[in-house]
Amino acid sequence: MTTSTSLIYLIALPLAGAALLLLGGRRTDKWGHLLGTAMSASSFGVGLYQLMLMLDRPTEQRPVSQKLFEWINVGDFKVDAGLLLDQLSICFVLLITGVGTLIHIYSISYMSHDKDRRRFFAYLNLFIAAMLVLVLGDSYLSLYVGWEGVGLASYLLIGFWNQKPAYATASKKAFVMNRVGDMGLSFAIMIAFATMGTVSFAGVQAQVNNTSEAALTGMGIMLLVAAAGKSAQFPLQAWLGDAMAGPTPVSALIHAATMVTAGVYLITRSNFVFDAAPTAQLLVVIVGAITLMFGAVIGTAKDDIKKALAASTMSQIGYMTLAAGLGPVGYAFAIMHLLTHGFFKAGMFLGAGSVMHGMNDEVNMRKYGALRKFMPITFVTFGLGYLAILGVPPFAGFYSKDMIIETAFDAGGAKGIILGITTLIGAAITAFYMTRVMILTFTGTKRWDEDAHPHESPWLMWLPMAILAIGSVSSGYLLHRGDALENWLHPLFDHSEEYQKHLLEPIVVSALALTMVSIGVAIAYFKYARTQVSSIAPEDVSIFTKIARQDLMQDRFNEAVFMRPGQALTTTLVATDEAVVDGAVRGVGQVAMSSGSALRGLQNGYVRSYAAMILVGAIALIAAIWVVV
Amino acid sequence: MDASNYLYISALLFTIGAVGVVVRRNAIVVFMCIELMLNAANLSLVTFSRINGNLDGQVMAFFTMVVAACEVVVGLAIIVAIYRSRQSASVDDASLLKR
Repeated sequence: MTTSTSLIYLIALPLAGAALLLLGGRRTDKWGHLLGTAMSASSFGVGLYQLMLMLDRPTEQRPVSQKLFEWINVGDFKVDAGLLLDQLSICFVLLITGVGTLIHIYSISYMSHDKDRRRFFAYLNLFIAAMLVLVLGDSYLSLYVGWEGVGLASYLLIGFWNQKPAYATASKKAFVMNRVGDMGLSFAIMIAFATMGTVSFAGVQAQVNNTSEAALTGMGIMLLVAAAGKSAQFPLQAWLGDAMAGPTPVSALIHAATMVTAGVYLITRSNFVFDAAPTAQLLVVIVGAITLMFGAVIGTAKDDIKKALAASTMSQIGYMTLAAGLGPVGYAFAIMHLLTHGFFKAGMFLGAGSVMHGMNDEVNMRKYGALRKFMPITFVTFGLGYLAILGVPPFAGFYSKDMIIETAFDAGGAKGIILGITTLIGAAITAFYMTRVMILTFTGTKRWDEDAHPHESPWLMWLPMAILAIGSVSSGYLLHRGDALENWLHPLFDHSEEYQKHLLEPIVVSALALTMVSIGVAIAYFKYARTQVSSIAPEDVSIFTKIARQDLMQDRFNEAVFMRPGQALTTTLVATDEAVVDGAVRGVGQVAMSSGSALRGLQNGYVRSYAAMILVGAIALIAAIWVVV
Repeated sequence: MDASNYLYISALLFTIGAVGVVVRRNAIVVFMCIELMLNAANLSLVTFSRINGNLDGQVMAFFTMVVAACEVVVGLAIIVAIYRSRQSASVDDASLLKR
């Protein structure tokens, strides 16, 4: 494998930016945002340079590694902190630093009125660095460092406006729910170490054939738990909606384009584990299918534009997880959808931020309407993202989502039919709720608050949106043309069981998908464009809408099933601790004290009584000896 | 004469001494009773020495006398000091260490 010494700069640059801005304090306020953006951009530059070098090398020499230092060396267990840049990680590196840089640029303007803008950029740089550690680490242990790093950055950024208690709670919720997933990842690492004696990707891959399927299944399930936590997949999905408390650029970068896709990266990176553990792989598909429906249904009922987009993100990552669970045929499509989604969803979030910027930070779509004329650029860029997520040809989502639907049908038997139909229905619901967002926001009548003065955002904001919109339009075609991404990633995956037979012809699948999308659009059109939309959410809605508005009861479920019993458990434990442990300790002291005060009566200070006691004692002792002997 | 008679006297003397220590209040008398007990023990030692036909017991008796002499010096000094400070030689008056 090729070695390099320059991979570390990818991480070091944004990390240095974060350190400088956090340690520099108020002194860096004036130019902090510029430094943060420059660091992110230069990291993107290093990434592009690495891509050039990689393209120059023949296929088998493309992965490049860098050993940083000997991390752990205990007996037979040896872990080096090393970086690995291969065909998979370069996709992520460019997505993270590319979209990251655009969002830095956007934030310069978006956060210009915030007195803590420097701190915001420091956290953004910290996030970029941590995310790069996550995708560049060459072992599960290095990945874990980045995994925790992005969790921290996400926590800090969701709670960026933590002067509002609700936002602080949202960040805590995200952090705690992520902990559950992190526990899964640490268990997976422990299983790998216990059964294979190694935690590096290459080591685990080499050991897969010598490991029992039970251990691999356990490791796979634990990796899935980790992925579910980080990527807001069922059943650990409840934090993503609340994570929208963070500033909108954060939602675009962390909770749409990059961090939430880390779970998909983890599953794809561990493809050798899942390929050898069919049960775990099946669970991945099931989780993906459930989440894609779950997110889509929530998306239909949300009036908060960011929460609607968040539900959509959850659903789209469900598509990716589903594709990743389909095995070697699906990994490339999962990554393709991940990349295209990174463009169009980040673009739409930035669009939502632009709308909020013009509408006094109003997020309720029922208070929007008719913004097309006032924000033409936002409308066009958002609209291109909308066409991309719908999967309208030739926009990005058409290629990536159609491939997933096609692969789902090809999974074989009843499984294939069920998955295929699920993905098709998901596409219809996606079309419905995204059309709803479009109609409520940009068309129809004005339903603004009286003091709203919508205006187009400054160029620093619309430029990143425009670039992402170009990505939303073209990335699908570019990645799909000549199966570019598939061939690029081909060497990483095991294709021994690949088959080429299609259940349905691709053209049939595309036609079906487009039909479903048109149905979704039509329903939304008749429901929202042809009737007057109230600026207050109607109360006389069906029970299904009510449930969907409450995120399908996910919080109630967690509260009833996990929180209340957990609380009861801790209360019981505290009471037990008080009564049993403390009671025992206090009881011993009590016995000593009371026997002490009883014996104190003997200490009367009269020498003669002491003498008498000595005498009696001596006589008793002699008598005892007498009796025994 | 039967050597056990000495032992009876020794036991009697020890008992008188022990009872005296417990029942009398005057420190001087208590002190004398202690001496009585020591000497009772001495008498036993000497008697056993005689019975066994070796000198171990007599040597021990000398040790006892030396220790008793030292004890008298220290004990009388304490009693005199206490008498001077509180005009009393009663052991029940010197009960400040109670409770």
